[in-house]
Amino acid sequence: MIGLVSYLTFFLTMAGIMAIITLGLNLHWGYTGLFNGGVVAFFGAGAYGTMILGGPSQPDQFGGFELPYLVALGGGVVIAGALAWVVGLLTLRLRHDYLAISTFGIAVALEAVARNAQWLTGGARGLRGFPRPFEDQIDNNFLFGVVFLLIVLTVLGLIWLSIERLVNSPFGRALRAIREDEVAARALGKNPVRLRLWSLVIGAAIMGAGGGLYVSYTAFVSPQDLLPILTFQIWAMLIVGGAGNNRGAVLGAVLIWGVWTLSGFALTRLAPASMQIDAGSIQYILIGTLIVCMLIWRPEGLLPEKIKKSQPMTARKAASNSTRE
Amino acid sequence: MIQSILDGILTGAIISLGAIGLTLIMHILRFANFAYAELLAIGAYVALVFDQLFPVLVPALDTAFAPLTLTGALALSMVIAMVLTGLSAVVIDALVFKRIRQKAGPLSMVFASFGVALVIRNVIVLIFGHHAQLYSQDIARATVISFDPLILIKPDQVFVLALALALMLALHLILTRTTFGFALRAVAENPSLAQVAGVRLSTMVAAVWVIAGSLSAVAGTLYALTNQLNPLIGHVFLLPVFAATIVGGIGSVYGAVLGGFIVGIASGLALMILPPGYAPAMPFLIILAVLLFRPQGLFGEEQQ
Repeated sequence: MIGLVSYLTFFLTMAGIMAIITLGLNLHWGYTGLFNGGVVAFFGAGAYGTMILGGPSQPDQFGGFELPYLVALGGGVVIAGALAWVVGLLTLRLRHDYLAISTFGIAVALEAVARNAQWLTGGARGLRGFPRPFEDQIDNNFLFGVVFLLIVLTVLGLIWLSIERLVNSPFGRALRAIREDEVAARALGKNPVRLRLWSLVIGAAIMGAGGGLYVSYTAFVSPQDLLPILTFQIWAMLIVGGAGNNRGAVLGAVLIWGVWTLSGFALTRLAPASMQIDAGSIQYILIGTLIVCMLIWRPEGLLPEKIKKSQPMTARKAASNSTRE
Repeated sequence: MIQSILDGILTGAIISLGAIGLTLIMHILRFANFAYAELLAIGAYVALVFDQLFPVLVPALDTAFAPLTLTGALALSMVIAMVLTGLSAVVIDALVFKRIRQKAGPLSMVFASFGVALVIRNVIVLIFGHHAQLYSQDIARATVISFDPLILIKPDQVFVLALALALMLALHLILTRTTFGFALRAVAENPSLAQVAGVRLSTMVAAVWVIAGSLSAVAGTLYALTNQLNPLIGHVFLLPVFAATIVGGIGSVYGAVLGGFIVGIASGLALMILPPGYAPAMPFLIILAVLLFRPQGLFGEEQQ
């Protein structure tokens, strides 16, 4: 029984971290229409950043500054945001798909750095031994899991509330305005490039926070955490849940993480031994098919974006006309 | 140094072949197709299947054209791969991209293309396995061009370069000398105006997929001929072909050719300074440099 509850806390903690990252992507794609092809890069920047700032010092290894936990986590968040700022500065003035290609590229580049820059990232072995928060105070593994789950849920709640406030503020309305009709927004004096850049940086910082929490949970980070599949998983979560709706993003995260975990479990249990080596591929095909099918048959997701009733009818018509073009 | 440049030119020729189709697709359908490089993988694996099938049916095909390791069987297989890959590109478009194009924006297609890439790559893993494969078990002997500095060239590499250049020339002639070529260029320039002039857009889109698919099939097969074949080939070539199209300017066929060589040579030279592990990041650095200094690419139109 305690085993099941303990596994459930593990599952929910991971799902909560995924949900945080999905909320970041929702700000990019759902509210601003930015295509982020390298979610895993910002997650990884946050994870490695937190680890290097807050991890234990090791011989022949840069970093290991052993900074206080919140400073290290904050540093990881800032590093992820800064990375997005550089990419955004170069690409947001250009064709929309340049951002997609560049963010995808930065994920590839970051993985190459993580694998090769021994002095900084520990290479393929990764970095280990992150001092987990409250680990010293709580010597019970199960209790630590519960406490950490509460931390993740608190952070998730705080980020949710902040994004809700953000997108319902004038800033959020401006974001949706440039998403729907950039020329009209510009005519009203909004600067699309600057708004997009802010959205990109804030969303990436949230993904960085997800990475920082992940490292503080596992106390370990390696290039295996930077594989492109994370980007696909997060997308599937957002598309299935419903872009432009935070409730949908979190629902999608729990749902997809559940499907992923269960399918992995089922494949290791039920598939014949000769197929075990292909289990990963089958899961990848599942995620890929899911993304494509959702886009074809239900692009708005399970919980679609709600347009506020207070909006005048004419504006809503105009919005739906412009998207149909 | 000279060896790096030569190797770069060879990789560049393969990237160029891949980039030609991508630049047309990105220009006409207006979306960055992340499933595109999987066409190289499809082509190379189709060639592999027929390359193993033909010698069983007609043993005479199994002799290599000395000094190449290329056999008659592989040459035939490559032609079949061009046709089948072109067809599969059209089928993928009809199954997925066309439906999404009709009701959603171009960025939804980018999402879908990632999903398609994931499916294709892993279906290949399921069928052929993770391990690397070769068309020919013969050892390709390199010819020493000079000893100091040491420069080695394999006959296969000369063949690859010659075939790539020949295909580019053929495409150039088609684009500049035939009515079909004019129609294609018109669509690339201005789709609505071309339609007014009586060019059927859907036919042209299908034609572009066929061109893209068949050139990618050749690129994939040639890469597998000079290196080896594994299911990650699409993933490996994705960023280089994107870099080539961006360097050349999206929509410019000649830009894509030149961009391919630039990316190939630059990556080759960079590996003289950087450890080989950083190779996958090189195209990204090239993309950043182009976006910084000349965002429209070498031959691209100015975009706001």
